Amino acid sequence: MSAAAATDPAGRPAMIALEDVHKAFGPKRVLNGLDLTIGRGESVVVIGGSGTGKSVMMKNVLGLLEPDRGRIMVDGRETTHLHGNERVQLMQRFGMLFQGAALFDSLPVWQNVAFGLIQGRHLDRPAAKAIALDKLGAVGLGAEVGELFPSELSGGMQKRVALARAIATEPEIIFFDEPTTGLDPIMGDVINDLIVKCVRELGATALSITHDMASARKIADRIAMIHEGRIIWAGPVDQVDDSGNPFVDQFINGRAEGPIRMQVRSL
Amino acid sequence: MNPLRRIGRAALAFLNGTGHFVLFMARAVSHCVRPPFYPRQVIRQLIDIGYYSLPVVGLTTLFTGMVLALQSYSSFADVGAETAIATIVVLAVTRELAPVLAGLMVAGRIGASMAAEIGTMRVTEQIDALTTLSTNPFKYLVVPRIVAGTLMLPCLVLVGDIIGIFGGFLIGVYKLGFNPGTFIASSWDALETIGVISGLVKAAAFGFTIAIMGCYHGYQSRGGAQGVGAATTNAVVSASILILVLNYVITELFFSR
Ligand SMILES: Nc1ncnc2c1ncn2[C@@H]1O[C@H](COP(=O)(O)OP(=O)(O)O)[C@@H](O)[C@H]1O
Ligand SMILES: [Mg+2]
Repeated sequence: MSAAAATDPAGRPAMIALEDVHKAFGPKRVLNGLDLTIGRGESVVVIGGSGTGKSVMMKNVLGLLEPDRGRIMVDGRETTHLHGNERVQLMQRFGMLFQGAALFDSLPVWQNVAFGLIQGRHLDRPAAKAIALDKLGAVGLGAEVGELFPSELSGGMQKRVALARAIATEPEIIFFDEPTTGLDPIMGDVINDLIVKCVRELGATALSITHDMASARKIADRIAMIHEGRIIWAGPVDQVDDSGNPFVDQFINGRAEGPIRMQVRSL
Repeated sequence: MNPLRRIGRAALAFLNGTGHFVLFMARAVSHCVRPPFYPRQVIRQLIDIGYYSLPVVGLTTLFTGMVLALQSYSSFADVGAETAIATIVVLAVTRELAPVLAGLMVAGRIGASMAAEIGTMRVTEQIDALTTLSTNPFKYLVVPRIVAGTLMLPCLVLVGDIIGIFGGFLIGVYKLGFNPGTFIASSWDALETIGVISGLVKAAAFGFTIAIMGCYHGYQSRGGAQGVGAATTNAVVSASILILVLNYVITELFFSR
């Protein structure tokens, strides 16, 4: 990435920049020189096949995994190898919706949503609960749901609770890992609207992962496609249909034939 | 494969695992003394480890005290049986049996549940979620368990001491027909500070071991339900073996001369 690409028009550094990030698990190379920049207040959606390293990319930015090579910059500062208290401080600026919701099953729903407020921001419990119930309302869940435990909720409700938890502290940067996967189309669209609304209202910088093109078109300012551990195309959402990139074309049209070969044997 | 290579590989894996564990333990202990602390989590663990283990520890030590009295009677059925039996029960329970049996029982109960809970949190990304919510998982999950384990096991063992000796008393008085006053007096005479203290030191060491093994194996678990199952087994087995080894080492420190 050139230095120019890592700043916005006002000359401020990009909110998030991944530069030449490599990550392997044993012999399996997952990220292979990945470059991606996300501007301040921008909503970028990363698309790509299953198992291409989209979640791994997010976890590298969050510090849940450490890159083998390359740099990760957040707001102009290198955060690649931050640990301990500095990492905890940095995480105050982030919200994350995990692919599998990752709700704390030992805590009732409202405490899940209030967790970042109570533990991270040190709010007292009644104040945090009020905010949590407010956020639950915003994702279409009533106060009575707040007293239930995550195991008592359907998958779609868990996803919405996870969304409420990700936005509860009103973070500057929000990551959504497959927010609509596994939801029915209507609930999926409700979640899309919620994400758009949250990002607009909070003015947050958003990075989302999806393989649902309807969702991508709705929430993205810019779309990037990952393939074999690299970003092979990135551009504004309205250019995705005439990207001129055969990989992108195959993916957004959902064709089995094309440059992307699935590892399957014919019957 | 070449057998030498196989041995070399196994040795390296062992050293690697040991190194990992030592680092984990050092990290856990260093977080014990650095804020923030999570008192709610500590209290939850104190109750879980201390209060809910009482029935298990009580029953185990009660029957152990009883069987000790019964067994020794067949060997000392002649003169001075009362004193001999009271002494045997008191020494064996306070020095060895209460700490070791309580340790093993709690390892089964608590070590397993710690490994299963933390392991499940690991494979369902709840531990990652903690980090993204600005909470250090070591401080939130590991430290409260270690603190509670180390504090609670001595309390349990103290209760176990009393119940175990009481078990011996029950058999002595109601089955063997000893005079209760004499039996209590001999038990009191047999009680020595070093025996009780060594038992409590053992208990603290066992409590730490159980908690650190449960947390370590849970924290390292990978790969879904099967990984969590393996972590649970490993936590209980490794804690149990370490308890028996440590028991010998601490006995050696206190009593050998
Ligand atoms: N912690 C891990 N250890 C080993 N392999 C991993 C780990 N996390 C992810 N992988 C591997 O990395 C690849 C990419 O995973 P992931 O990023 O989850 O894919 P996706 O693009 O569907 O989100 C997969 O093949 C997965 O098996
Ligand atoms: Mg994924």
